[in-house]
Amino acid sequence: MSRRPYTPKMTYGWWLDRPFYTRYMIRELSSAFVTAYSGLLIIGLWRLAEGEAAWNGYVSALSHPAALVFQGVALLFALYHTVTWFAVTPRTTPVIVGEDFLPPQPVIIAQYAAWIFASAVIIGAALWF
Amino acid sequence: MSNTTTVTLEVLRYDPERDQEPRFQSFEVPYDEDWVVLDALNWIKDNADSSLTYRWSCHMAVCGSCGMVVNGEEKLTCKAFLRDYLGRGPIRVEPLRNFPIERDLVVDMEGFMAKLESVKPWIIREEEKPVEDGEYIQLPKQLKRFKHHTLCINCLLCYSACPQVGLNPGFIGPAALALAHRYNLDSRDQGRHERQEVTGSADGVWECTFVSACSEVCPKHVEPGGAIQEQKIANSVDWFLDHLIPGRSNAGRTKE
Repeated sequence: MSRRPYTPKMTYGWWLDRPFYTRYMIRELSSAFVTAYSGLLIIGLWRLAEGEAAWNGYVSALSHPAALVFQGVALLFALYHTVTWFAVTPRTTPVIVGEDFLPPQPVIIAQYAAWIFASAVIIGAALWF
Repeated sequence: MSNTTTVTLEVLRYDPERDQEPRFQSFEVPYDEDWVVLDALNWIKDNADSSLTYRWSCHMAVCGSCGMVVNGEEKLTCKAFLRDYLGRGPIRVEPLRNFPIERDLVVDMEGFMAKLESVKPWIIREEEKPVEDGEYIQLPKQLKRFKHHTLCINCLLCYSACPQVGLNPGFIGPAALALAHRYNLDSRDQGRHERQEVTGSADGVWECTFVSACSEVCPKHVEPGGAIQEQKIANSVDWFLDHLIPGRSNAGRTKE
């Protein structure tokens, strides 16, 4: 009897085999939109430093329908990115309280609380100034 | 009570002496409400085709031998009840993914064994103390910190579910990295930096993209996905401290 192991090949569509993998790949894809929007914000800072005319041009460009569509899509992906990372964070941060590990819910809730607080501070500051 | 009398199993077959590639073979198996997929495979071997090859031993989710892919999901077949698959067509049984298929449902585990050994899964001491000095004391709370990582039964469901193992066969993988973390966290161990040469390498924790399918399929809740992320954090902290503190990376790093 001879050995001749068969090595199966992974298909390019492996991530469509299971919904779990597909959700993971969407999370990975969402990083591209988060990166692109971060780039857009950095360009905004750069235009702001160039003066009022440059800033007005930047704001005007962001108001273009195509830019609005991009911002809407980027927002959806950013939300997906955030929510899915919040969900897996308890795996990375095991905290022992007393004799046992903290269950995942308080860690997840704490992240949402921090998110809401930070958003409120930023929105409040934007309205104030 | 179900009126079902038989179920159909589609079992992946591969005979290295005859087949160029694997194929599926259907078997009609008597249905028993208390039977698991492993019972059905045993019935096939005893009554239909004695050449069917698969691994099993304890039939009680302890030995980790009977891991397979059932209807596309990694399962210990001794825990996968036939009744949970009724009404969904034939039950498809395949060997674990991301491993070479030796024969039928048996995969080649040699690569995994080498990976497991590479992370030095034993207690490493800088200096062994004499037996007469007594045992190494460990508090229940210190044990609690890593005990869930000790429960691995090497069933390899995590390697089968991990797409990164499939994409990069050199990846050390979830179970071995979780075991490395188990020893890194052990208060009696001093070998974290020694293991880090392997676990922090390109084929180590950084190959993981946190799919976390490993933790999802783990029948013992070992949480390999979390163990790998914790090691990434520890490696990153080491990297920063090594660059901030002169000489730290070469000497003087003791148990942390």
